[in-house]
Amino acid sequence: MATRENLIIIGNGMVGHHLVEQLIEAGALARLEVTVFGEERHRAYDRVHLSEYFTGRNAESLALCDADYYAQHGVTLRSGEKVTEIDRAAKTVVTASGRYAFDHLVLATGSYPFVPPIEGRERPGCLVYRTLDDLDAIRDAAQSATNGVVVGGGLLGLEAANALRGLNLDTAVVEFAPRLMPMQVDREGGELLKEKIESLGLQVLTERATQRIEQGEQSRLRMVFQDGKVLETDLIVFSAGIRPQDALARECGLEIGERGGVVIDDHCRTSDPAILAVGEVALWNQSIFGLVAPGYQMAKVAVSTLTGGDARFGGADMSTKLKLLGVDVGAIGDAHGERTPGARMFRYLDPLTQVYRKLVVSSDGKKLLGAMLVGDNGVYDTLLQYYANALELPAEPASLILPRQSGAAPALGADALPASAMICSCHNVTKGVICEAIDAGARDLASVKGATRASTGCGGCATLLKSVVDHELAAQGVEVDRSLCEHFAHTRQGLYDIVRVEGIKTFGELMEKHGNTGHGLGCDICKPTVSSILASCFNEPIMDAAHVPLQDTNDTFMANMQKNGTYSVVPRIAGGEITPEKLVVLGQVAQKFELYTKVTGGQRIDLFGARLEDLPAIWGELIAAGFETGHAYGKSLRTVKSCVGSTWCRFGVQDSVGMAIKLEHRYKGLRAPHKIKFGVSGCTRECAEAQSKDIGIIATENGWNLYVCGNGGMRPRHAELFATDLDDEALYRTIDRFLMFYVRTADRLQRTATWRENLEGGLDYLKAVILEDSLGLGDELERQMQTLIERYECEWANALSDPEKLKRFRSFVNDERPDPSIIMTTERGQLRPA
Amino acid sequence: MSATAAASNTMPAVRWQPLCRRADLVAFSGVVAWLETSAAQVALFYLPGHTPELYALDHFDPFSNAYVIGRGIVGDLDGAPVIASPLYKQHFRLSDGLCLEDENVRLRTWPVRFDGDRVVIEA
Repeated sequence: MATRENLIIIGNGMVGHHLVEQLIEAGALARLEVTVFGEERHRAYDRVHLSEYFTGRNAESLALCDADYYAQHGVTLRSGEKVTEIDRAAKTVVTASGRYAFDHLVLATGSYPFVPPIEGRERPGCLVYRTLDDLDAIRDAAQSATNGVVVGGGLLGLEAANALRGLNLDTAVVEFAPRLMPMQVDREGGELLKEKIESLGLQVLTERATQRIEQGEQSRLRMVFQDGKVLETDLIVFSAGIRPQDALARECGLEIGERGGVVIDDHCRTSDPAILAVGEVALWNQSIFGLVAPGYQMAKVAVSTLTGGDARFGGADMSTKLKLLGVDVGAIGDAHGERTPGARMFRYLDPLTQVYRKLVVSSDGKKLLGAMLVGDNGVYDTLLQYYANALELPAEPASLILPRQSGAAPALGADALPASAMICSCHNVTKGVICEAIDAGARDLASVKGATRASTGCGGCATLLKSVVDHELAAQGVEVDRSLCEHFAHTRQGLYDIVRVEGIKTFGELMEKHGNTGHGLGCDICKPTVSSILASCFNEPIMDAAHVPLQDTNDTFMANMQKNGTYSVVPRIAGGEITPEKLVVLGQVAQKFELYTKVTGGQRIDLFGARLEDLPAIWGELIAAGFETGHAYGKSLRTVKSCVGSTWCRFGVQDSVGMAIKLEHRYKGLRAPHKIKFGVSGCTRECAEAQSKDIGIIATENGWNLYVCGNGGMRPRHAELFATDLDDEALYRTIDRFLMFYVRTADRLQRTATWRENLEGGLDYLKAVILEDSLGLGDELERQMQTLIERYECEWANALSDPEKLKRFRSFVNDERPDPSIIMTTERGQLRPA
Repeated sequence: MSATAAASNTMPAVRWQPLCRRADLVAFSGVVAWLETSAAQVALFYLPGHTPELYALDHFDPFSNAYVIGRGIVGDLDGAPVIASPLYKQHFRLSDGLCLEDENVRLRTWPVRFDGDRVVIEA
C-alpha cells in the first residue's frame, strides 16, 4: 500500500462523526490516515436528543457508535484533546500534548452557545445547554434548587426549559423578542405556543431584556430587567442562540464571515484549499445551517472533495418539525411569506384545541412556498412533500389545513410521490432509493432502515417512511402477516369483531367457523386471547365448562402461580381503603394457612404460598368476611390507587378515595387485552402517581382531569392529559368509552401505552373518537360497558357455590394428600420457598 | 400378554394398574394423579374425539423445577398435541414428552388407556 496522506478532523460532534462514517463507507481510508480530535471527553453523541439525558438515557446510549468503532476501522480518535492552534505554514495542528502534521484538515468544530453580555453572567448558577458536561452541571445545580430560568425562547431555549421541568424545577422562559420561537412562528402562532406552554405550568415572559444578574434574596440569583422588574431564581440557563466555533480559523487567518462562520465554497473548501469546513461552523452563501441534515450533506460533499470527486453543496432546506415541551411546531420553506412577492396566505386557528396552521402559496395558488404549524404536526409530512417536490396544490389549498371532519383533502398518499421525493433528509434517502431496497429484497420496515439508513437520523420522517414502505410492499403483493398464531389468520381485533358480530360464544365454534383447519386444538396464544374476547363481549364466568380449557393456570385457579407451583391470593381492597376488622381477617387467614404476606404497589395485600387444595377454604373465609376476588390473576382491571384526598389531607380538593372506590367497583372484572391500572389523586401534588397508570385522574377545583395511557414497568410512559374539569358523570362516561374502545381495538397483550403509541392518528384521533364521537360509536361503547358492569359477579363466590368447579382444586384427583414436593423455609419471620 | 411378560424380565412390577376414573378428567385440559407404586406425580391430558384421547406425562417441569405441567394449556403445534408449561411457557409434545424449544429435554411418559370408566396406566 502506498503511503497514506494525513487527514485531521477537528471536532467529533454529529457532523464530524458522520464525516468519518462517510469516509469509511467510501473506502477513503485506503489513502487517508485519519485522526480525529474531540474537545469533549465523550465520543460523538446524539445532540438532537440531548434532553433525553434527563429522562433515562446516559452518555453511552446517546453515543452514535460503539466504543471500538473508530479503532476497528483504523481511525485514531483523541477525545478530550483540544486543538489550540492551526499552523497553516507548517501544516500542523497543536494540542497540549504535541504537534500533529496534516495534508488535509477538516474543521467540524460546530458552534458554542451565545451568552449575552449581561452583567453578572459569570455568577455560580449561570449555565449553558449544549454538551453532556453542561447537562451534568445543570443537574448538579438543580439538586439544591427549586426554580430555574431559561434565557431565550427559541428552539434550544424551549428544549432547555423542558429539561429543567424534567428536573422538577419551577421553570420560567425569558425571551427578548415579543414572542416565542420568533424565527419559526408568527404572532398568532407565538401567542398559541405561549398559551400552550403556560398551561403546562411554565412561566413565559416575552419582550424582557435582562440588564443584570445579582445576588438574590429568596433564591440564589435575581434577574433585573430593563423595565426595572425583577425575577428571583436558583439557576439560569442561557440559550439565546448559537455562534460558529470559528476561533481557530480566525487565528490562522482563514476567511471569516462578517457575523462569524468559516467561509466555504460549494466543495466545502475554505480560503485555504488544504482546509475544509463542515457543519455549523461553515458559512456557505452567507448562511449558517444550524440543523443536522445540512451538516450531513456537507460531510458527504467534503468526502467527495477529499477523494477527488466533484459533489457540490447547494444549500439545504431548513424545514423542520419539532415537539417542544410536548407541543408540535413545524416550519416549512418560507413560513413567514416574506421571500416571494405576491405570496398568499391561508390561516386556520382553533383556539379550543389550540391548533394553528398557516399556508404560504404562490400568487397563482398552485405551489406551496411555505407553511407554519403550531399544536399539531399531523399534516407536516404532506405539506413538506408538496413543498419539496413542487407538486401542484389541490384546487382549494385551504383544504390541506382544515380539520378532517369538514371534508378536508386526505393526506398525500405515498403513491402520489415521485421517485425523486426526499423522504429522509438526514441521510439523503429518496423514495426511489427505498423502492430499490425493496426490489433488492427488503421485506419490512426494519430491513429497509438497515439497507438505506432512512429514519435513523432525527427520526422525523418515521411516519412517512412507514407509509412509503407499506405502500410499496403492498404494491408488490407482499403481505404483512398479522396472524394471531398458526390457528387463526386474524388479528385480535379481527377476532373480536367476528365474535361480536356473529355472536360466537365458545372457542370451539370460533375454531370451527374461522380457524385455519376448523378442528385444531388451539394453543397457549389463541386460547387465552379468545377467552379474554369472550369475557369482554359476554362476561360469562370463566370457570364455566366451555371456558375452562382456554385459561392460563392463573385464571383457571383464580390465583397467581408462583415459581414453586404454589399460588398467591389477592382480595380486592378497593381504592386501598380497608377497615380494621377486615385487616384482622387477612392476618388470621394468613396465620391459619401459613401464608407469606406482602403489601403490593397497588395498595393491596398479597398472600403468598397458598397450596392449590387450600384455595377454596381460604376464599371461603375471605368471602365470609366481606372480601371479593381482586382479579390479580387476570388480564383485567387490577387496582385503583388513591391518596387520602380532601377527607384528611389539607391540600386535597376532591374526595379521591371515594372516587377511586366508585371506579374500582364500576370496572372490576372487566377483561381486556392486558391488565389495567388506575390512579386517583386528590390534588395536583399527585401522591397516587396517577400519571403512571393506564387511567389517571387528578382532582381539580372544578372536578377531575383525566389522563390516559400511562405506564410504569419496563418502559415507563407518562399518561397524557385527555380531558379537563370533568364532573363525576362525564368522567365515568369518558372512561367507559375509552376502555371499551381499547378492549375492541388493541392487540393481544398490548397495554394502553403501546396501543396508544401504535394508534394511527395518535392522541388527537383518540380524542376525536372518545370525546367528539367522530365514529358515532359512543352510545354503543357505553351500552356495552353497562352490560358488562351489570353482569359482574365475584368469580370466587360463583366457584364456591358449585361443587363441580371445586373438584379442580385438588393436588391429585386420586389421592387426598397435599403436594409433597412443596417445601418451605423461614426468612425474616415468614415462610418462603426453600 | 407378551409385552408385559417381556418387560417383567428387565423391570420388576411393571403392570397395568388403575389410576383414577374418567369423571376425574377435564376435557381438553389437564389433571394430576398420584402414582403410588413409583411415588410419581402424573399429569393426565384428555382429548375426547382425538386419537389417542389420553396422555400421561411427568407433572414435573425441568425448567422451573416445580410440579406444574398438568396445569398448563393444551394445544397443538403443526398438528401435534402439546402442553405449554404455565411458568416459562416451553411446549412439550404429548406423544413423547419432547420439548420443542430444547430437544435435549424430554418429559417422562407412561402408556395409559381407558378400561371402562377407569383410567389405567402401565407402570
